[in-house]
Amino acid sequence: MSIVVENLSKTYGEQKAINGISFQALPGSVLGFLGPNGAGKSTTMKILTCFIPQTSGTARVCGFDVSTDSMEVRRHIGYLPEHNPLYLEMYVREALGFIGAIHKIDQPEKRINEVIELCGLGDEQNKKLGALSKGYRQRAGLAQAIFADPKVLILDEPTSGLDPNQVIAIRTLIRDLAKTKTVILSTHIMQEVEAICEQVIIINKGKIVADDTLSDLRLKHNNKSLENIFIELTGSHVH
Amino acid sequence: MISILYKEISGFFTSLVAYMTMAAFLLVTGLFLWVFPDSSILDYGYAGLDSFFNIAPYLFIFLIPAITMRSLAEEKKDGTFELLATRPLSDWDIVLGKFLASLAIVILTLLPTLIYYFSVYQLGITRGNIDTGAVIGSYIGLILLGSAFTSIGLFTSSLGKNQIIAFTVAVFLCFFTFSGFDSISSIISLQGIAGFLTGLGINQHYQSISRGVLDTRDLIYFLSFTALFLMLTKTILGGIKW
Repeated sequence: MSIVVENLSKTYGEQKAINGISFQALPGSVLGFLGPNGAGKSTTMKILTCFIPQTSGTARVCGFDVSTDSMEVRRHIGYLPEHNPLYLEMYVREALGFIGAIHKIDQPEKRINEVIELCGLGDEQNKKLGALSKGYRQRAGLAQAIFADPKVLILDEPTSGLDPNQVIAIRTLIRDLAKTKTVILSTHIMQEVEAICEQVIIINKGKIVADDTLSDLRLKHNNKSLENIFIELTGSHVH
Repeated sequence: MISILYKEISGFFTSLVAYMTMAAFLLVTGLFLWVFPDSSILDYGYAGLDSFFNIAPYLFIFLIPAITMRSLAEEKKDGTFELLATRPLSDWDIVLGKFLASLAIVILTLLPTLIYYFSVYQLGITRGNIDTGAVIGSYIGLILLGSAFTSIGLFTSSLGKNQIIAFTVAVFLCFFTFSGFDSISSIISLQGIAGFLTGLGINQHYQSISRGVLDTRDLIYFLSFTALFLMLTKTILGGIKW
């Protein structure tokens, strides 16, 4: 198990962002994290990446607890935050070199070339991040996330705002990466889940309402489309 | 920590911050020292750099917050802080990396002023007639003062996402810790603790080092002052991370 979450809760003041969720993720697969806006997807991801502490419960990544072994967790995780923040004044190679320096990677130049090749950044590698189009920025963000070759990849809406060609390119990349890693990605797009995810977790108002493989989930709901299942589980019953 | 330090310094040079602060500092000190008749060495009559060392702290009050204001506030605003905080870096790596980078810019700004020393050294009626000990002391004083102000600036930058607020609060805190305690101690009803109050302020310790006497008490004062604000910054970063 690369990710084990048990009874995890996070409270902001009075509001419960997530409320006692538990799930697990296996290596070599893509876990799709679905839910309406404000359901707690990003909060869960931020806890898993040690950005914010949980209120109660435990989360382990590669056997390391996020609250007690946070440094080890961060060494094993690649994270693409929502909205893909980047140092816009840095050059593509410079930004990757910076990540390499943080992780103290041997032969950073070699790894930079590898990652640039992998993420299809070849033509843009000598530009500033601020000069890239949205699709290439997303690739650059992904390149940073996978740079240290983490065992676990956490991607918060990796394809939002991209055109269809870019979406397909990023999905192909994620699927390739998932052969050797655990990938958790959050999304609003049902086709995305159907295209790349093996396991699906639907979360609504801080609680998990479905946790299954894609095929089992369909089976349990009489082969309805994922979209209908999603609406059934999270909508306020607008029939 | 080294990776942050390197990134910050290259950031200062690509964003012109470093050049602008150096240019502003050198221009103003140059004018005060060589051109303005009230403080010009040429009219002063003594071969000393006193007017430079008197004006420099006041320039630092404005320039150092300008250097530090973006360091953490901008990262928080752009969300890039999330990138840093989820990498295997401790809070101290981030705080010290950024502190040392800003301090490096301050020291780089001071380096060209050694020309002033060299000029006065050469121009003295008997060549070399300058109190070198006091000059060395004053430079050490300025660097210590710079590190104190840098830690204040970094602290205010960690408080929020707004650079302007970080700048304004830092200028106020720098000014107050530099000369505010002196002013307060001259209030009549506080005469009893006047000595204690001036001892809290930076000015007294800066003046004492400037005389060329490096007293451990002054050194400890500056080091603990800087450590205090760095610790506050680290606490803020560790406590609320979003």
